[in-house]
Amino acid sequence: MPKSEYFAQELIDSGYDFFTGVPCTIIGNLINTLTDRSDITYIPAVREDAAVGVATGAYMAGKIPVVLMQNSGLGQCLNTLTSLNLIYKLPCLLIVTWRGFEGKDAPEHLVMGRTCNKLLDTIGIPHHNFNHDNIKALINMSYKLITENREPIVLFLKKGIIE
Amino acid sequence: MNYREAITTITELLDDQLVVCANGLISREAFTIRDRTENFYMIGSMGMASSIGLGVALSKPSRKVIILEGDGNLLMNLGSLPMVGSLQPRNFLHIVLDNEVYASTGNQPTISNAVKLEELARSAKYAYVRKVTTNEDLKTEMIHTLKNEDPSFLLVKIVDTEEEREIGRVTHSPEQIKDKFMSAM
Repeated sequence: MPKSEYFAQELIDSGYDFFTGVPCTIIGNLINTLTDRSDITYIPAVREDAAVGVATGAYMAGKIPVVLMQNSGLGQCLNTLTSLNLIYKLPCLLIVTWRGFEGKDAPEHLVMGRTCNKLLDTIGIPHHNFNHDNIKALINMSYKLITENREPIVLFLKKGIIE
Repeated sequence: MNYREAITTITELLDDQLVVCANGLISREAFTIRDRTENFYMIGSMGMASSIGLGVALSKPSRKVIILEGDGNLLMNLGSLPMVGSLQPRNFLHIVLDNEVYASTGNQPTISNAVKLEELARSAKYAYVRKVTTNEDLKTEMIHTLKNEDPSFLLVKIVDTEEEREIGRVTHSPEQIKDKFMSAM
């Protein structure tokens, strides 16, 4: 299984240079990796909408930002995505862990696990799923889309893709 | 001091500082008093002014970044205070115009009559915190905080006695607002 260090390196190599978010166990190691690196900054956020807000400010100041969160956080930042990022065309890469995928999770994850992709379709944010083989390709594609289309994009990360 | 007087006093002292204006009357008033390339006008995303400004401040440490928001906006994203306090951006000036109501929606009460917002900022480790109630004190504190190098918080108590009147809306499109603001970097 690809390691979090590899995943972080791919993000940095593709051009992302500002990181913030709220942890989930699936990305616990990834956030620790980003926090430990001295060449980049990871800003711990108190809530997912605050993370999106900070990332958006960073973008306007010249950074290409990544926000890490659990899919529960999509609900938390829905208004910021719709009334800031989408209408101003202010992009960020959202790496969202997909808890509750196929109903196999704790009860609190099941509704969002069933609907998070449809929620993004409804508000018009493109999304793709990581698998073991497409990490580099998806990260590079997301960077291209963000810098060309200036829209937020979600890459879903399920359990068991990275360690 | 009403909020129009406060925003006028603040605006008159600015040169190239980057200002994130919260949604509602504050953006509309700031735009009407003096539209600046260095102003970012939020039209939605209530609560996010301080988060957006924090992202700008961290990424542009050479520029002073000012947040101009009301008590309603601050209370909606109170977690932003300790985020700023933990990061200690030296170029961050957080101004809260506190009229104890949601003025943009018709003056429904917030809860800031019962809670000392400046104490929250102090507790969240802002290095310089002041509460002002007069236009003269606002001017003095603005002159100081535009030059200091500490994360600073000014609570400006607003007593809104001005007559009701029509205020224009921000006439730039959201994309124009963004493009202008980014060109000021």
